[in-house]
Amino acid sequence: MTPRRKRLLIICLSVAGLAIAAGLILTAFEKNLMYFYSPTEVAEGAAPESRPFRLGGMVVDGSILRQPQGLGVFFTVTDYAHERVVYYEGILPDLFREGQGIVANGQLNDTGVFVANEVLAKHDENYMPPEVADAVAAGKARSGASGGAPAGNL
Amino acid sequence: MAEFIAMGGYGAYVWSSYAIAALVLGVNAVLARRAERAVLHALARDPNGDDDDAPA
Amino acid sequence: MFAFLHKYASLMHFYRLSARWSGWLALATALLMAYGLYGGLVTAPADYQQGDSYRIIYIHVPSAWMSLFVYMCMAGAGAVALVWKIKLAEIWLRASAPIGASFTFLALVTGSIWGKPMWGTWWVWDARLTSELVLLFLYLGIMALDNAIEDRRTGARAAAVLTLIGVVNIPIIHYSVEWWSTLHQGPTVSKLDRPSIHIDMLIPLLVMAVAFTTFYFAAALARVRGGILAYDRNTSWVRDMVGREAARGHG
Repeated sequence: MTPRRKRLLIICLSVAGLAIAAGLILTAFEKNLMYFYSPTEVAEGAAPESRPFRLGGMVVDGSILRQPQGLGVFFTVTDYAHERVVYYEGILPDLFREGQGIVANGQLNDTGVFVANEVLAKHDENYMPPEVADAVAAGKARSGASGGAPAGNL
Repeated sequence: MAEFIAMGGYGAYVWSSYAIAALVLGVNAVLARRAERAVLHALARDPNGDDDDAPA
Repeated sequence: MFAFLHKYASLMHFYRLSARWSGWLALATALLMAYGLYGGLVTAPADYQQGDSYRIIYIHVPSAWMSLFVYMCMAGAGAVALVWKIKLAEIWLRASAPIGASFTFLALVTGSIWGKPMWGTWWVWDARLTSELVLLFLYLGIMALDNAIEDRRTGARAAAVLTLIGVVNIPIIHYSVEWWSTLHQGPTVSKLDRPSIHIDMLIPLLVMAVAFTTFYFAAALARVRGGILAYDRNTSWVRDMVGREAARGHG
């Protein structure tokens, strides 16, 4: 084998070896790298009981209940299989609204309510002008689609 | 024009992003051109590499 | 086999050819940037959800794409440098690093500025943001490693090895939003489906991406030309040019 071919082989093997190693490490740490738990995972007990964790889901239409005094607000998040009530006191991000994806940082209290100390809004990967968005929404309403499937990922 | 600058209330965020971009790209452009000329001038001053500490 | 390519790898040949390209690339960058900025800031409509804040996309996304593209160019140059020991590849890798690092920095900073009003935070340690930050460290590490080694050629080869090792981060960055649950949303353009962005918003984005690309080649080329002169300093063609430059300086 020429020296050049040998160098090429060494490089290819090293890169491949590293890729495999990285892949193994990443799958091993998958739990830790996952950024949030879904309501289903919380319902199944996969989320920590007495430590803060992140809960991610879509805000259920009509579930936002603002307290008459102060900044407290209740809302429900869903992953379309399970739901979880969230309570938060604080300023909500601009994108927070019904049907929006959110990620909340906090803990479950004794009654199973997720008390959040931080609520972040996700946005999906769609960009369009308001007229187009209205047209899409009107089209969905006409075809009888219920406010179910999200536009983007959770 | 005022609307354009206000960017629907997000003006500070939008314009600071564009300003930082202009700065970063501008610095890159200037340094790149300088790098080319600096080598030429350095070689003009010292064509035999007498001033260098170590072999190139 | 690649004998005819070796001619273009000749430093002198490349130096002479590239004199023309620099000018055209700079002009193209200026025109494309002007067109893209006008499109992004003026003619593109506001977003139904994010209003005018989404216009940061016209800096953020092209920067992010370039941070990956430049790294892949460096990886390609690095492989060529290590396997075929082509000097031009070494020079190209070294020239690209600071530019790629700048794009990565820009992507991170504009992303942070965009995230504050939209997500509600300047930063999260999700897979997308973390892996892009790792990319910035990789760029800086490559530059530091090259700088630390006295011999120019050894330094370039060490940088090439580190670049190739870090290549594994590139698919991680791209697929991070699909492999893990992240705050950062999924791909809008670079997916196998139709882009989920309105055409009036998409066109300035693509124009800016091309503008950033020509910028990269223009800036890298300037650095490469300096690198060529340094590498070939003891050749007659460089000595002649330097002599003429010195005479002009003293004239």
